[in-house]
Amino acid sequence: MTQKLVVIGAGMASGRVLEHLFEANAGYDVTLFNAEARGNYNRIMLSPVLSGEKTYDEIVTHDADWYEANGVTCRFGEHVTAIDREAKTVTGQNGTVAYDKLLIATGSAPFIIPVQGKDLPGVITYRDLDDTNAMIDAAAKGGKAVVIGGGLLGLEAAAGLAERGMEVTVLHLMGHLMERQLDESAGFLLRRDLQNKGVRIICQASTVAILGETHVEGVMLEDNTGLEADLVVMAVGIRPETRLATDAGLEVARGIEVNAQMQTSDLDIYAVGECVEFDGHLFGLVAPLYDQAKVVADSLVDEPNAFVVKELATKLKVTGCDLFSAGDFADGDGREDIVFRDPARGVYRRLVIDDDVLIGAVMYGDTADSNWFFGLIKDKTDISDMRDTLIFGPAYQGGTPLDPLAAVAALPRDAEICGCNGICKRQIEDAIAAGATDLGAVRATTKASGSCGTCTGLVEQVLAVTLGDDFVMPAAQSICACTDMTHEDVRRMIKSRALKSMPAVWQECGWKTSCGCHVCRPALNFYLLADWPLDYADDPQSRFINERKHANIQKDGTFSVVPRMWGGITTPDELRAIADAADKYAVPTVKVTGGQRIDLLGVQSEDLPHIWADLNAAGMVSGHAYSKGLRTVKTCVGTDHCRFGTQDSTGLGIKLEKTLWGSWTPHKLKLAVSGCPRNCAEATCKDIGVVCVDSGYQVSIGGAAGMDVKETELLVQVATEDEVIAVIKAVTQLYRENAKYLDRIYKWMAKVGLEWIKEQIDNPQTRQALVDRFELSQSIYRKDPWAEHAADKSESYQPLANLALEAAE
Amino acid sequence: MTNWIDIAALDDIPQRGARVVKTSDGCVAVFRTADDEVFALNNACPHKAGPLAEGIVHGKSVTCPLHNWVISLETGQAQGEDDGQVTTYPARIENRRILLDRSFLRAQAAA
Ligand code: SRM
Ligand SMILES: Cc1cc2nc3c(=O)[nH]c(=O)nc-3n(C[C@H](O)[C@H](O)[C@H](O)COP(=O)(O)OP(=O)(O)OC[C@H]3O[C@@H](n4cnc5c(N)ncnc54)[C@H](O)[C@@H]3O)c2cc1C
Ligand code: SF4
Ligand code: FES
Repeated sequence: MTQKLVVIGAGMASGRVLEHLFEANAGYDVTLFNAEARGNYNRIMLSPVLSGEKTYDEIVTHDADWYEANGVTCRFGEHVTAIDREAKTVTGQNGTVAYDKLLIATGSAPFIIPVQGKDLPGVITYRDLDDTNAMIDAAAKGGKAVVIGGGLLGLEAAAGLAERGMEVTVLHLMGHLMERQLDESAGFLLRRDLQNKGVRIICQASTVAILGETHVEGVMLEDNTGLEADLVVMAVGIRPETRLATDAGLEVARGIEVNAQMQTSDLDIYAVGECVEFDGHLFGLVAPLYDQAKVVADSLVDEPNAFVVKELATKLKVTGCDLFSAGDFADGDGREDIVFRDPARGVYRRLVIDDDVLIGAVMYGDTADSNWFFGLIKDKTDISDMRDTLIFGPAYQGGTPLDPLAAVAALPRDAEICGCNGICKRQIEDAIAAGATDLGAVRATTKASGSCGTCTGLVEQVLAVTLGDDFVMPAAQSICACTDMTHEDVRRMIKSRALKSMPAVWQECGWKTSCGCHVCRPALNFYLLADWPLDYADDPQSRFINERKHANIQKDGTFSVVPRMWGGITTPDELRAIADAADKYAVPTVKVTGGQRIDLLGVQSEDLPHIWADLNAAGMVSGHAYSKGLRTVKTCVGTDHCRFGTQDSTGLGIKLEKTLWGSWTPHKLKLAVSGCPRNCAEATCKDIGVVCVDSGYQVSIGGAAGMDVKETELLVQVATEDEVIAVIKAVTQLYRENAKYLDRIYKWMAKVGLEWIKEQIDNPQTRQALVDRFELSQSIYRKDPWAEHAADKSESYQPLANLALEAAE
Repeated sequence: MTNWIDIAALDDIPQRGARVVKTSDGCVAVFRTADDEVFALNNACPHKAGPLAEGIVHGKSVTCPLHNWVISLETGQAQGEDDGQVTTYPARIENRRILLDRSFLRAQAAA
């Protein structure tokens, strides 16, 4: 006898159950209820419908013919109102039907935050086709949309609405987007890409009210920010649709409780999809629902099967925002993190390993290898053999040496190659196909690599990958002849593979020389000490003589000595000590420098520790006039004396110099603080300049007045000295962590973009983390090398032996 | 005939470093490599007399601190495009002591 199966809800899960059931010729007589006035369709494709990439017809999964062919009685547009378990009947708005087996597949309902104005016309959720159409209609009128919720749904809604021309703002309660799927770094990149699409994003935004009389007009935040809105989309979460089950007396926790056969507490009633709770788990993605559907179908035909919870992966369906997240990526004891970042390309990868097994992965920008990583997570593969190269993906496994071409070949077509001009791999490939077969031609037709040029290597690699043997790759711009790797490659290796010593870098990066050369060693020494301040011991033998001997070498082999004069302020006592030292060590030249201090030129190497000891005794320390590090902070007289001064520029300069001194940077770092926009301290041609104004301080960066003359660009304006100091520490640390050795700030800025730097500094958490890392490093390096060398290393400044006496005998 | 004289302990020079020995006719730079070999050369670059002892030592070469000429420690020859040569002197290690040949002093004196 055919049994009667009643199904409540024609969604993604029940659609799959029915397919399996009919394939198995189970002989059920099916009645299918759906509250929506239509049958099963691919709900996840609503986002492409919203953005206009697909139509509804294209996403229907089961049409009228299919239901008819399988004898399904369709009761679409009819809400089920009650289940009577005694009588074994289901009652819909249009009448009652009896069941032998019942399947509840009611999905979930969007969560609506209980604020004033939530019921106003123009406030919608994002769940079904009706919502999608409502958004499309609203967007046709243009105007402003506010999307509450920066999760998967909210962001897809926001991107779709922006695509349709609305001015969109996303409000997100947490500190970064999609916080359950992404860590902060990936969240940041996602935010940046969405902002580039014109979507405004406000994090830590708590909505307190939706405003409007007859229709929504705006949204009010907790901090009293008001935002105008013609449309509000609420996408703050979902909650399993359990009302029918609760009313019917089934066991319901957060969702309808089921066993591994998907049976509810009433064994004739099954439940499937987002409405269920299994073993404490709720479900919000289709992959597990499909597994459940198979189990339900098997259970209905008495095939043994059991549902198990598996790892899940998330992707976002917004073009140009390639992200992937899977598994568990929270920090934890014994867990190991491998991180790979390329800020210039916006690529971020993070792997979390526990006990030689990959348990989580977050990827942004380049997700080409995501399936491979997901496989490793699901299969719990032992990764110990490939740990070192794991982060680079499958192309690097199996003993193949690092081949940058494989990585480029694996880049998706819309991966951005040239950041300055926004050129992606696709455009370059297309240009090549259209006949541009060398770098010059690609540059001429696409502009790729035509600006700052940092992507030249990548463009060449795309040429090599696309043209194969027809393209002769020019030698990559490696650091030096010791390696084929670029500065950027090596910095990435140092971070991602936690290389903490020079030999580790040489070994792991395949250095071709035994111990580097005068070009790569100083760069490596800097990268290592900047990335691992606590673990790496500075190597004086890898420093240029000026930094090794803390003095500038002169053309005759003597040295110059420049003590600090904090902020350009000195005292009669200091001047006397300098004069005495000049006399005592027969210093041939005493000069006032361009950095507001005094240079003693022509000191013999042997005398250095002694002259330093004398200067130390008078309270003076090394001015680091020789370093790739903090040089001076020039100041003007400011409010202390000047009739135009707006703030204490001298005092701030001294504070800055006292907090930054001793720090090593990719190139020299010069600062100045001017007391007003007349700018007497020339702050706007320094690496970092501060111009005081009535309302506070303008901090600008990227100036220079050497081989290139550059005016600084405004980074941020702040109100207090403390903020100035925090911002400057943060931007200095960002520069230390990311720039190529011997790039001044302006060169680095041309590569990564002022916008990117701004975003880091504007984000309070990121800024604080940078400050903390800077301070950590300064706990080691904020000290006077002169005092140390005078005390412990004086001997090394003397000749090894003096045979002149002997020879004279 | 060689006449070795004890100059200093090997460890008085750091690996990949150098110190000078003063003579009546200028300085000799004594280099120690990463593999604990020692070399002695005139402390004056063939380019503009830069003090080679202040250079960066790599492999069996030193880079002059003034204009980055690279000089072979074994031959005293400038490497690559650059042309020039520095005088080299015999040097060796015995019981972790650095020994130089006294005759180099005479050579120096005669030069
Ligand atoms: C002493 C001083 C000249 C003076 O008598 O005033 C000076 C002297 C040297 N400068 Fe300078 N610079 C001095 C202020 C400047 C300034 C002006 C300023 O800082 O306000 C500039 C232009 C501003 C700028 O840096 O953007 C300046 C731009 C340079 C450059 C070009 C840098 C660039 O990025 O283009 C170099 C070359 C380099 O660093 O690679 C340089 C390099 C040098 C070196 C270190 C050359 C060397 O490697 O031997 C000189 C060392 C002389 C010595 O033996 O002590 N010096 N130099 C100044 C020391 C300032 C201080 O107190 O620390
Ligand atoms: C815009 C959007 C994008 C998404 N993108 C993705 C994605 O990229 N990847 C992914 O894995 N998941 C995605 N999801 C989630 C995925 O769509 C859901 O997990 C899936 O649809 C849940 O299936 P279900 O069958 O449990 O519920 P649903 O598909 O929601 O079906 C439930 C049906 O039951 C009906 N119903 C409810 N109560 C009653 C009642 N009392 N009487 C009659 N009918 C009733 C409802 O009207 C509904 O049609 C997305 C969801 C949305 C809304
Ligand atoms: S910058 Fe302003 S405060 Fe400083 S000296 Fe010039 S005028 Fe005075
Ligand atoms: S003096 Fe040695 S390179 Fe110029």
